[in-house]
Amino acid sequence: MDQPIIRIQNLQKSFGTLTVIDGLNFDVAKGEKLALIGPSGSGKTTILRILMTLEGISGGRIEICGEPLYHMQRNGAEVPADEAHLHRMRRYIGMVFQHFNLFPHKSVLQNITLAPMLTKGETRAAADKRARELLDMVGLADKAGYMPSQLSGGQKQRVAIARALALQPQIMLFDEVTSALDPELVEEVLEVMKRLAAETDMTMLLVTHEMGFAHDFADRVLFFDRGRIVEQGPPKQIFTAPAEDRTKSFLRKIIAAGQRV
Amino acid sequence: MEWDWDFAWSIMPTLLAGFRITLIATFLGAIVAAVLGLVFAILRRSSNRWLSRGTSFVVEFIRGTPLLVQLYFIFYVLPDLGLRLPALMAGVIGMGLHYATYAAEVYRGGIESVPRGQWEAARATNLTTRQTWLHVILPQAVPPMIPAMANYLLAMFKETPLLSAITVLELMNQAKSVANSSYRYVEPMTLVGVMFLIVSLLSVIALRWLERRYGRVSQ
Repeated sequence: MDQPIIRIQNLQKSFGTLTVIDGLNFDVAKGEKLALIGPSGSGKTTILRILMTLEGISGGRIEICGEPLYHMQRNGAEVPADEAHLHRMRRYIGMVFQHFNLFPHKSVLQNITLAPMLTKGETRAAADKRARELLDMVGLADKAGYMPSQLSGGQKQRVAIARALALQPQIMLFDEVTSALDPELVEEVLEVMKRLAAETDMTMLLVTHEMGFAHDFADRVLFFDRGRIVEQGPPKQIFTAPAEDRTKSFLRKIIAAGQRV
Repeated sequence: MEWDWDFAWSIMPTLLAGFRITLIATFLGAIVAAVLGLVFAILRRSSNRWLSRGTSFVVEFIRGTPLLVQLYFIFYVLPDLGLRLPALMAGVIGMGLHYATYAAEVYRGGIESVPRGQWEAARATNLTTRQTWLHVILPQAVPPMIPAMANYLLAMFKETPLLSAITVLELMNQAKSVANSSYRYVEPMTLVGVMFLIVSLLSVIALRWLERRYGRVSQ
């Protein structure tokens, strides 16, 4: 196996006295599609937020593309990363949020072009062109001039996906991207993600409660509970023949709630 | 007591000259307050504890002492320490500094009204701190604070007579000197009141419009 694109070693995270992640280890291969599932409070969203540097770490080590995320070399010693280092490392990573977090004062097109122009020095023409291609890909080519408030939730989330893609990250993080959507709008967002998974070699990490989608989408499923990986494996194995009792009881509850697996 | 129209007309040029200074002092004071208030608000949010606490202390100190005392201090005490300022400049700095502490609160309310998700989206799209403020936070934070800011601007305008205490030749000071030399108070003081009233009434109308346009942000 090549060098993993993400390597997490003995990761610790606490908020005050509450430990949410306790000695977590896992690697993600380049191009791998990973689904993180588990009960709420199990730490799966926190992992994405840590990878996006929205939360710091309490201990351990993360490497992205072979470079430490939260550490850097200074005078031959490894020290905690400064903002400039984090800024450089963030180029590898994009994120889509549960609540979209589009910039409400910018048009759909500007939402997508803002960061490429500011952070990569792209010209407006180049950024516009790429944004329109991305809007086309997410099926919103006709909405470029709209304001976010004029869009449905599903459309907003597709714009948010385009915004993250515009920076051409190697790793995309999807944090419960359909949880805030009305049921009839979920499918259009999942469609876009399926296409993305099929057409690109981007590494994707997905936190989701959509077990059916995790099953179809992921190469590997990680079941989390209380900040640890309880069980992991190919979707077929996790969803049809889980080994651990906690996985079984979690899946039973999900099925009882009416979801297809 | 009798109203003398001829006398009233004869003092108008003097009063209008003072009114001009009043407007200039308000305008410059507002600029100082708006800029310094933003600096206070941002420093208070700093993750450096000494910086944020130091700023909080300065803000509370300024707000906890009367504007008149501050004006006296800047104009009459600072020269003893080697800093002599022209009266108008001392007045503008004093008023600007004082109202900056109120403006900082308005900024804080506006900034906190921007959801956390916006900060996170800015970070996820790798904007720098400066770009985040300039392109994401302030454009959303400023419109809702406009009515509150306008309110303080009006309050500051009505406090400009305090500047007469430090020899600024604004409207009130001119009216006092006219009154003292002619022994007539009715006309000058009435005219001062009327001039302030006209501006205030116009401002209130403008304020109502701003509130409808941008909504009110709680402080």
